[in-house]
Formats: sequence, C-alpha cells, structure tokens
Amino acid sequence: MRWHKIYALCLRHIYLISNSLPRIIDLIYWPTVQIFLWGFISKFFTLNSEYYSNTVGIILTAAILYDFLFRVSISYNIMFLEEIWSRNFTNLFIAPIKLSEMIASLTITAVFRSLIGLIPAALLAIPLFGVSVFKIGLPLLALLLSLYIFGVTLGLLVTSGLLRFGPSFENIAWASLFFLAPLGCIYYPVEILPLSLQIIAKGLPLVHVFEEMRNILLNGTVNYIEVFISILISIAYFIFGVIIFYVAYSGARIRGTLINMGE
Amino acid sequence: MSIQIKNLSKKFNQVYAVNNINFSISTNKTVGLLGPNGCGKTTSIGMMLGLIKPTSGDIIIQNKNINTFERNELLSIMNFASPYVELPKKLSVKQNLEIYGRLYGVKNLSLRVNELAEDLNLKDFLNKKTGELSSGQKNRVSLAKSLINKPEILLLDEPTASLDPDIGDYVRTYVQSYKSKNKITILLASHNMAEVERLCDSVIMMKKGKIIDQGTSKEIISRHGRANLEETFLKIVRSKDEMA
Ligand SMILES: Nc1ncnc2c1ncn2[C@@H]1O[C@H](COP(=O)(O)OP(=O)(O)O)[C@@H](O)[C@H]1O
Ligand SMILES: [Mg+2]
Repeated sequence: MRWHKIYALCLRHIYLISNSLPRIIDLIYWPTVQIFLWGFISKFFTLNSEYYSNTVGIILTAAILYDFLFRVSISYNIMFLEEIWSRNFTNLFIAPIKLSEMIASLTITAVFRSLIGLIPAALLAIPLFGVSVFKIGLPLLALLLSLYIFGVTLGLLVTSGLLRFGPSFENIAWASLFFLAPLGCIYYPVEILPLSLQIIAKGLPLVHVFEEMRNILLNGTVNYIEVFISILISIAYFIFGVIIFYVAYSGARIRGTLINMGE
Repeated sequence: MSIQIKNLSKKFNQVYAVNNINFSISTNKTVGLLGPNGCGKTTSIGMMLGLIKPTSGDIIIQNKNINTFERNELLSIMNFASPYVELPKKLSVKQNLEIYGRLYGVKNLSLRVNELAEDLNLKDFLNKKTGELSSGQKNRVSLAKSLINKPEILLLDEPTASLDPDIGDYVRTYVQSYKSKNKITILLASHNMAEVERLCDSVIMMKKGKIIDQGTSKEIISRHGRANLEETFLKIVRSKDEMA
C-alpha cells in the first residue's frame, strides 16, 4: 500500500465534504437528533427504573456508541455509492491503484466522516443531559475501535453487494444494520434474548461492546478480556469482509459490471 | 506502446459479446474500432483496461501479457475517456484534475494541470464545480483527465457520441492535434465514419463480436466496392450474416 495514493483517494471525500455546507450539517444533524431522542428516553428511565437508577445515561451512552457504528458503515457505503451515482466509478477502477488502497481510503475517511457528526453530539449531551460518554474513560477508545472495525466490515460487505449486484443492492445497505440491532443488545442485557439467540448474539462483537459498556458504567470496573474479545471478533469479521470484497471484485470483472455501472 | 490482441473472447451468460478477435496496433498509431451498437466495442476496451476478465485469449501490451503483469504498472501509462464515465460533479474541475493527477502519480502536477487548462480552454472554469458545466465544457474536462498522465495508450469509447456537432468537431480537432504533437497509441471506438476516417491510420470493423474486416479506410472501401466508409459500413452491417 502506498500512502500517497490512499491520501489522494481520501482527498476526493475531503473535498466533497468541505465543498458543501449542507453535507456537513447533514453529518451533524442526525447524531444530534439521536441525542435528543435518547436523552429524553434516558431521563425518563433514570427516574422510573431501578435498573438504571444508579447510573444516569446508560441508554444515552449506548445510543451514542450505536450511532457511531451506524455512521461508520453508512459513511463507508455512501462514499462508494457516491462514485456510482457520479459515474466516476469506472475512472477509479482504471486508475493505477490497488484494491487494498481503495479499502484503506474508505476505512480512514469513514472514521472522520463519523466523528464530524459524533463529537458535537457527544459534547452536546454533557450540558443537556449531564451525560458524558467520556466517563467510560480510556476503555472507551477500545470499545470505539471495536465498533469502528465492525462498522467498516458491515460497510465492506454491503459495498461488495453493490459490486456484485449493482446499485439496486442499496436498500440492503440500510436494512442490514437494523437487522443486527436487536441481536446487538444495545439497550438491554443479553439475558433478555432467548437462549438460542444469545448464542448467535455472542458471535457478534456488539454484545461484548455493549455489555462491557454497561459493566463499566454500572460497576465501575473494566473487564479487559471482554474488550479484547470484542476487538478480536471485529477483526475476524473484518478479514472476512475484505475477502468477500475481493471475491465480489473478481465477480464484477467476470460479469462486466465495472464498466457502465449505474446505467 | 504496441498492443496485440490474440484470440480474445468474452461470453456473458453463454452469449459471446466478443468472439475470438485478433488484431494489433503498432506504437503511436491510431486505430478505429468501428461497428454498430452491441457489436462488442466497449467489451473489448473493458478487457484491455482490466475491467472485464476475458473468457479466453490474451492481451499483450508492449510485450507484456496483462494477465501476468503487474496491473498498476500498465494502468499508469494508459487512460480512458467515454461520455458514459464522468468526474465527481460536486468537485471543482481543478480538484478533480488534482486527484486524478495524484492517483496517476503525475510529477509537477500543477504545471500539468495548467498546461491542459491552457490547451483545452479550461481556465475560465477551473474553480467551478464540474457538475455545473455545459456538456461541451464537461467533455473537455474529461479529455483533460484522460490525458493527465500523458498516457502512452489512450482508449476512447465513442468520445463524440451524444455531443452536438460543434463540440464533436472540437474534440476531433483536438485529438488530431494532440496525437501529432505527442507519442501516443490510440484505440478509438466509434460508429461515426467521418470521425474514424479523419483520425485513424487504420480501421477494424466489428459485427456481432467478430472482426469482419480490417485495414486502412481506403483498403476497406475499395475491397467492398463502395464510395466511402459510411456506405461500406452500411453494406457490412446490413448483409445478413454472410461474413459473421
Ligand atoms: N455486463 C454485461 N452483461 C451482459 N451482457 C453484456 C454486458 N456488457 C455487454 N453485454 C452485451 O454484449 C454485447 C456487446 O456489448 P458492448 O461491448 O457494450 O457493445 P458496443 O460497445 O459495441 O455497443 C451486447 O450484446 C451487450 O448487450
Ligand atoms: Mg459501447
């Protein structure tokens, strides 16, 4: 991988965002709406539920973390769709760049795109609801890392679908995340799920991330093994995602969809 | 850079889009790929760019088989333009050229961008968003992108299709002058006879995935006993598979 090529690919998205104020506002708007919605829900539960009574903002913290995951994958997909919509797709695939450089640039840009929205939202939650995600402390970075890797993986998988099936696959991009949400145990402990689903859920990094987040906030202790496991699972999915992307690319070369995509 | 195509075929869903074609282009020549819609021009170009995997056959560029040779090395000396491929609309012309210049590893990039802007009259709208340009302006920007790396091989897929005659003529004139001043091998897919006759050293005629004739325009015209390339083309296209 060559950094100057990756940088050039990132530059395309940096220019896109910085050229357009509505785009920046759009990036900030949705996480902020989420904060308000979950902030009030959170406040309500804090006042009325025993489980949450000793820790303000578990729900809100979960909402912020989940939103980060969501933004990362959606960013990844949008950036790729952007190339299809603008018919720039073929130009990229005939430029002297490697697939790995393309993946790297999308992965790097996705995190910045997400943080543009998330940081203002997370800061806003402090004065508005007295909730700070930063209370999790340093382990927060590890949890975010795990979510980031998994978010990118979801982005990669949907992008592979776009390569394989064309732009009509777009809807799945959105559906896939909502499908995972119930299994992710974002807002409730894993014990709520029926046993069979618990087993499936534990194969996802999300459960480990959100269980650990609750553990930190409720008990004030950090189980580093759980954090480590969630990162490890995310990495395993990521490797799988990269393989699927290469497979989808070579399938697209056979089916001829890299030229004239979006027609 | 010379190009050799050997027994090249591509099947989509069991149907041949390109069926065992053979041709070669010598260094710094311009060759026209002529044929009706659906005859396999874009598919052939796609295979040369590595975008489409051939079902069988070989593509050899300057004695290097593109299947075995490092893809990026060949792509960096090639480029491509087609009206169906565009640059990001929300980026300015300058930003787009800068990004592609970087992707192609162009040295002294700002110099190159200025040179192209001068040559193709882009100066007045370098800082405008590409999506806001007229189709003629957009077309010049696409040409600039396709020349950003001073390609040794340029593939043009119906570059003047869907352009009004005035802009089409501008493009032809520009390509003609560019190739007279630069070392460049061009493959030009087209169904515009006048364009091919004007720009190309020789012509490859395709029909239903096969090459049915090749040579200079003069040779082809006289072989078929017609007055010009247009009539020859019509004769070939309309003949009921006598050759295909
Ligand atoms: N990706 C594809 N999948 C299936 N069929 C295709 C694909 N691309 C082209 N074809 C078919 O292959 C034939 C040649 O197409 P193409 O190379 O685009 O022709 P041309 O560029 O000469 O108009 C056509 O019949 C077309 O329908
Ligand atoms: Mg075509």
